[in-house]
Amino acid sequence: MSNKVSELSMLEAINETLHSEMARDERIVVLGEDVGRNGGVFRATEGLIEKFGESRVVDTPISEAAIAGSAVGLAMAGLVPVAEIQFLGFSYQAMHQIAGQIARLRYRTQSRFESQITIRAPFGGGVRTPELHSDSLEAQFANIPGLKIVLPSTASDAKGLLTSAIRDPDPVLFLEPLRGYRGIRDLVPDEEHIVPLGKANLIKKGDDVVIISWSYQVELSRRVAESLEGEGISAAVLDLRSIVPLDIEAISQIVSHCGRAVVVQEAPETGGFASEIIATINDECFWSLEAPVARVSGFDVPYPVGMLESLYVPDEARIRSAVLKTMENG
Amino acid sequence: MAKPNDKQLQMILEDMVIARTQAGRLWNLQRQGQVGTIAPIDGHEAAVVGAVHALEPESDWVLPQYREPLGLRRYGPEVLDTFMLYNLGHPAGGHIPDPVKVAPSQISLGASIPHAVGLAWGMSLKNESGVVLVFFGDGASSEGDFYEAGNLAGVLKAPVILFCINNQWAISTPTHLQTAADSFASKAEAFGIPGVTVDGNDPSAVYEAVFNARKRALNGKGPTLIEATVYRLGAHTTADDPTRYVPSDELSAAQEKDPVHAFIKDLTDRDLWSDTKQKEIETVALEIMDDAFEKAKNTPLSANSLMDHCFVSDTSRQLRQRSFLMESMGKSNE
Ligand SMILES: Cc1ncc(C[n+]2csc(CCOP(=O)(O)OP(=O)(O)O)c2C)c(N)n1
Ligand SMILES: [Mg+2]
Repeated sequence: MSNKVSELSMLEAINETLHSEMARDERIVVLGEDVGRNGGVFRATEGLIEKFGESRVVDTPISEAAIAGSAVGLAMAGLVPVAEIQFLGFSYQAMHQIAGQIARLRYRTQSRFESQITIRAPFGGGVRTPELHSDSLEAQFANIPGLKIVLPSTASDAKGLLTSAIRDPDPVLFLEPLRGYRGIRDLVPDEEHIVPLGKANLIKKGDDVVIISWSYQVELSRRVAESLEGEGISAAVLDLRSIVPLDIEAISQIVSHCGRAVVVQEAPETGGFASEIIATINDECFWSLEAPVARVSGFDVPYPVGMLESLYVPDEARIRSAVLKTMENG
Repeated sequence: MAKPNDKQLQMILEDMVIARTQAGRLWNLQRQGQVGTIAPIDGHEAAVVGAVHALEPESDWVLPQYREPLGLRRYGPEVLDTFMLYNLGHPAGGHIPDPVKVAPSQISLGASIPHAVGLAWGMSLKNESGVVLVFFGDGASSEGDFYEAGNLAGVLKAPVILFCINNQWAISTPTHLQTAADSFASKAEAFGIPGVTVDGNDPSAVYEAVFNARKRALNGKGPTLIEATVYRLGAHTTADDPTRYVPSDELSAAQEKDPVHAFIKDLTDRDLWSDTKQKEIETVALEIMDDAFEKAKNTPLSANSLMDHCFVSDTSRQLRQRSFLMESMGKSNE
């Protein structure tokens, strides 16, 4: 195998992965709204219908519950559905199928049936979308046992993690940051590339404090960590890559090493996944802490309209000031 | 009267021309980066304006999807004023002031249909005379909300008009991939209610259909599903490239039947409209739009708006978040 790499946007990496996985496994069926002829509203599924035909790339009616629910049936029939929910905010319409059915299928049938289902959905703020297009709902899904939740922050990981997600025998919600589609570009292996689910990535080493995050907020955290370098603060950045399964060892290791941690999420504060990380830190390595763990998050209000968005979404300044405060504490 | 009289026809055309003219201006504002994503009304004017002219704004509610606001002038200038705030991404764009009986745009497809049924049901429980008309697209009709709400409306005999605008597309998805039924109106049969198909390019026909549905509802006979067939003449939104999927011959055939052009010709032939009138209305349309946009741009916005209106009063955590926000704003001003 060659070690060649190409610089791709996250969107291109996702598109390329869908192409290569569909070519590899003819059981894969892509379904969703506008995924065929239009190639997806962001072009993530571009070219698939031309290459694999209308029976494997299906423009569905606007019926999220039926998209998710029929994926269960497709899986029971021995196919491998890769469904798209056009925006994560419209997964609410599919919630009873995702939460009440897909996630429970293996458990309630004692593995007679399984949901080898991938549900892709864009989400996250910063691009001034209309209502319900930007909401970060990962914590709501994380509270549903039986569902894996994967959130890449680089193009290369998008490829490696999507490959694993599609091949995983259990259902995976694969969340793609809107801001990263074209805004994130990096080197992606041309050949098959697999990143296992549940392995966090220490994208920057550091000794004083660790910033723990996922999805687009990793990119912001990395920038903050690099800028702090010049100010004599050695900040590590841990990209969780998936929140279910959660890489507890990686969290525990780096927090124990640094003694200080900041967790960054875009979702509202109450009940967000950052709370879960902090509880995990308490369980795993409380005695190594030199300061309380800080949390950077959205606010406890619905995702706001365009003019208020920049106040809502955590930015570098907010992450930075949380890190500095953590350094002063203790 | 089930058919609009000459005066009404003129008012309908005025509103259609205004909608079309303002839609052009709005598209340009978006292209200049002055407003957010826009879903143009082009091709829907006769369906929207014809429908609301058969309603009584004092008593009847309108629950739009997102393509209709420029066609709702009959409900008062507040609709446009608020819509321009909405387009700017200002939170006040969600607040159409009392007593205007128009709900803000609905982004979640089909979600307003059960609201409409509940509102109509509630009005009848309170013995209020009036109906609710909810707009939704051919695409939205595939949501479970439509089927559940249509069924409930039939059972309750709620005074509601389910107004489906079939513009042949849901973004890139053509109607034959949306349903295998002969028509969207035929879905009424399963709800046990009348289903009516009407040429949505003909404002008089639309008016008549809504007029009859309204009368029926007010007489306690319950809901009607109306399907108005039109053609989406523009892009789905400013973020869409329809040349990827709309066949150009189909589009040119639809442009031949442009509802605004056809109705201008019709009323001109009947001496109810003229070039002078056309120019005058176009000028007015732009004036009121520019005024509304200026007002919107000058509407103050404070950082506190981020936290306002979630609850009647803040939770203790929200209070902390509010002061954190103010503190960090203070810092960034330093
Ligand atoms: C529940 C839900 N799913 C998906 C979307 C994304 N989306 C926005 S508009 C649209 C097409 C709607 O088509 P239709 O109802 O026919 O209305 P039109 O735009 O043609 O007026 C889609 C799929 C959404 N807004 N809400
Ligand atoms: Mg449509």
